[in-house]
Amino acid sequence: MHLILFILFAGLAIAGALNMLLQKHPINSALSLIVVMTSLAVLYLMLGAEFLAAAQVIVYAGAIMVLFTFVVMLLNAGREERTLGSKASWSVGFPAAVAILAIIASVILKAQGLGNAMLGDKITSTEQVSAVLFKELVLPFEVTSVLVLIAILGAVALARRGDGEERKDRR
Amino acid sequence: MTLDLLHLMPTDLFRILPEVVLTITGVLIMLVDASLPPHVDRRNLGWLAALGTVFALLASQAQLALLQLAERTGFYGTVETSTFSIFFHVLICGIVLVTLLIALDTLPENGHHKGEFFALITFGAVGMCLLTSAVELLVVFIALEISSIATYVLAGYRKENGRGPEAAIKYFLLGSFATGFFLYGIAMVFGATGSTVISEIATRVHTGGHPGLILLALGLMLVGILFKVSAAPFHIWTPDVYEGAPSPVVALMSTAPKAAAFALLIRILYGAFPALQPIWTPLLWLVAVLSMTVGNLAALRQHNVKRMLAYSSIAHAGYLIAAFAGAGNTGITAACFYTAAYASMNVGAFAVVTLISGYEDELPLIKDFRGVLYRTPVLGGALIFFLISLIGIPFTGGFFGKFFSFTTAMGGGAVWLVLIGLLNSGLAAAYYLRLIVSIAQKPEGESPVPPVAQPIGVAVSAALMLAIAATLVLGIAPGEVLKNAAEGAYELMPHSMQMVNSLVFF
Amino acid sequence: MIPLSWYLILSAVLFTLGVTGFLVKRNLITVFMSIELMLNAVNLSFVTFAHLWDPVKGQVFVFFVMMVAAAEAAVGLAIIISVFRARATLAVDQIDLMKL
Repeated sequence: MHLILFILFAGLAIAGALNMLLQKHPINSALSLIVVMTSLAVLYLMLGAEFLAAAQVIVYAGAIMVLFTFVVMLLNAGREERTLGSKASWSVGFPAAVAILAIIASVILKAQGLGNAMLGDKITSTEQVSAVLFKELVLPFEVTSVLVLIAILGAVALARRGDGEERKDRR
Repeated sequence: MTLDLLHLMPTDLFRILPEVVLTITGVLIMLVDASLPPHVDRRNLGWLAALGTVFALLASQAQLALLQLAERTGFYGTVETSTFSIFFHVLICGIVLVTLLIALDTLPENGHHKGEFFALITFGAVGMCLLTSAVELLVVFIALEISSIATYVLAGYRKENGRGPEAAIKYFLLGSFATGFFLYGIAMVFGATGSTVISEIATRVHTGGHPGLILLALGLMLVGILFKVSAAPFHIWTPDVYEGAPSPVVALMSTAPKAAAFALLIRILYGAFPALQPIWTPLLWLVAVLSMTVGNLAALRQHNVKRMLAYSSIAHAGYLIAAFAGAGNTGITAACFYTAAYASMNVGAFAVVTLISGYEDELPLIKDFRGVLYRTPVLGGALIFFLISLIGIPFTGGFFGKFFSFTTAMGGGAVWLVLIGLLNSGLAAAYYLRLIVSIAQKPEGESPVPPVAQPIGVAVSAALMLAIAATLVLGIAPGEVLKNAAEGAYELMPHSMQMVNSLVFF
Repeated sequence: MIPLSWYLILSAVLFTLGVTGFLVKRNLITVFMSIELMLNAVNLSFVTFAHLWDPVKGQVFVFFVMMVAAAEAAVGLAIIISVFRARATLAVDQIDLMKL
C-alpha cells in the first residue's frame, strides 16, 4: 500500500516537474508545478506531517501559484521562443544538472542508517507543531512579521507607478 | 498549554534591543509616511531613520552590559550576544547611518517613494543585525532573507530607466537561486546531525554523524554565502547590479549585507564546522585566489566607474577570504578587521560617486570624472583618499586590513596565497591610479561639466566626514578596533581550538 | 515500508529539475517557478529528515520556508511586473541593457 502510494505520487511529482521544464507556455508550466506541489502534500501526509500537508495545499498551491497564474495572465506572457541562448543554456545546464544530481544522489545512497518510513508512523499533530512554534521558536516567528512587512512594502514600492509616470498617463 | 511568551526574561528582550529599535523606527516611518498628504516632501523621514539608527547603535553598545551574564544566549538559545555580534552590530548600524545620510541629500525631490525607501533600509538593517547574532539556522535563514529582500527591492528603485528593474531581476533571480542552495545545505546539516543550532552541530560533527551528508551540507551552504559576499565564481551578478542600482543603494549593499554575510561565513565555518577546517581551508584558498584575480583583471577593462568599483569589491572579498587561511582565531580577527576597513572606505567611495555622477548616473564613465579635483576640490580630494585606501597605502584603513589579512595567511602557512595577493594588489593599483589620474587631470577643452550635486548638503557632508574619519582611524590607530575584533574571535572559537595569540599585532 | 533514502532521492531529483529549469528556461516567470520547485524539493528533504530525527523541529522549519517563499513570490512578481513595464518583454535573452 505504502509502496504503491509512494510510486504513484513520486511519479506524479517527477512527471509534473519534467512537464514544467518542457512546456513552452508559462501557464502550462504553472499548472504542472501545482501538480508537483499537491503530490508533495500527499508525500508529507505519508511522512506524518499533517499540518504541513494542509499548509502545502493552502499556501503553495492555493496562494503562491494563484499569484503566479495571475501575473502570467496580467502580463499576457506568451510562448517562449527557441533562441540561440536557449540552445547554449541547454548544453551548459544539462551537464551541470546531471553533475549536481550525481553528487547528491551518491552521497545520499552512501549514507547509512537513515532508516525507514512506515505509514501512520510518527504522526505529528498540529498541537505539537504549535507548541514548538510559539515557545522555542517564538523569535523567528516574530521576526517573520518583519519579513512579511518588508515584502509588502517592497511589492508596493516596485509595482506602484512613480508620480512622474502617473502624470504622463493622465495626459 | 500556557503561553510561554510571558516567561521570557527582560534580558531576552535586551538581546535583540537594536533590532527592536530599528523595527520600531521602520514602523514609525511607514505610519508617518501614510498619514502625510501625498505631495509633501518625505525628506524628514530620512532624519527619523537616521535617528533610529543612532539609537540602535547606542543600544548595541549598551549590550556590552549583557556580557557580564553567565548565559550568552537568549530566546531559547536562538540568539547570542557576544563581542563578535556587538562588533558587527555597531559596524552595520554605522554603515546604515552613513547610507541614510547620503540618501537624504541625493534622492530626487518628488515622488520617489522616499518613505518606503527609508523604511526598507531600516527594516533591511534589522535582518542584517539579526544575522550577526543568530546562532540557530532558522533565524539565520529568516534574517538572511530579510536583508536580501530589502536589497532586491532597493536595487530596482530607479524604475524609469530600464536598468533599475533589470538590476533588480538579475539580483533577485540569482539571489533566490543561491538561497535555494543555502537552504538545501541547512536541510542536509539537519539530516546529518539532527540539529539546527550551530553549537550543537559543531559537537555532533566532531563525534561523527553522516560524514558525506555533512560535507555536502558544507558545500551547499558555502555556495549560498559566497554568492552573498560576491566571491568568484559566484560573482556574476555584481557588476550589473551595481551599475543598475542607485548609487546610495550600492553604497549600502556593497558593504552592510556583505559585512553581515561575512559574519555568517565566519560563524558557520568556525562555529559549526571547525572540525572540518582541513577541508574548507583549501577551498577558501581557491576562492580567494579566484576572486582576487578575476576581480582585478576584469576591473582593469572597465570604463564605467561603478562597474570598476564592483569588480574591485569582488577582489576585496578575495583579500578578506585570504584571512581564513590563517590559523585559529587570528584568521577571524583579521577577517573582522578587514570587513570594517573595507566597509568604511567603500561606503565613502560610493558616497562621492553619488555626488559626482548624480542619482540618475548622468556622468557614469571614468573620463567623465576628468578634472573633478579642480571643479570641486573637496569631492575630488575625498575620492582620491578613498581610492588610496582601496589600493592599500599606509595610514589608511585599507593598508592595515590587507596587512593583517596577509600576515595571518602567512602565519597559516599559505605563502603562495600571499604572493598571489601581493601581485594582485599591484595589479589593482593600476586601475585605481587610472581613476585618480583622471580626477586630478586639468579639465580640457570646452566648459567642463560640473558634478551633479551642488552645493553639497549637510547630511552628505556628515556622511563623508564619518567615512573619512573611520578610514583614518582604522589606518592610524587600529589598536582599539583590532582588540574588539580579537575579543570577538576569542569568544567565537570553540575553546578546544583556541590558539594562544600566535601573532601579536600590537 | 519505504527507506527514507527514497524520499531523499526524489527530493534530489526535483531539486535538480529545478536547477535545470533555472538554467534553461527563457521566460522570467518560468525561471522563477523553477526556483519555487527547488524550494519545494528542499522542503521534502526537511520533512524526511524530520521523520528521522525530531519530527516537530524539521516540520516547523518547512512552515517558515513556506512563509519566506510567499514573501519572495510577492516581491519577485512585483519585480517582474516592473521589468515588463520598463522593457515590455519577459524574455531572459532580451534583458541585456548591461552586458555581463
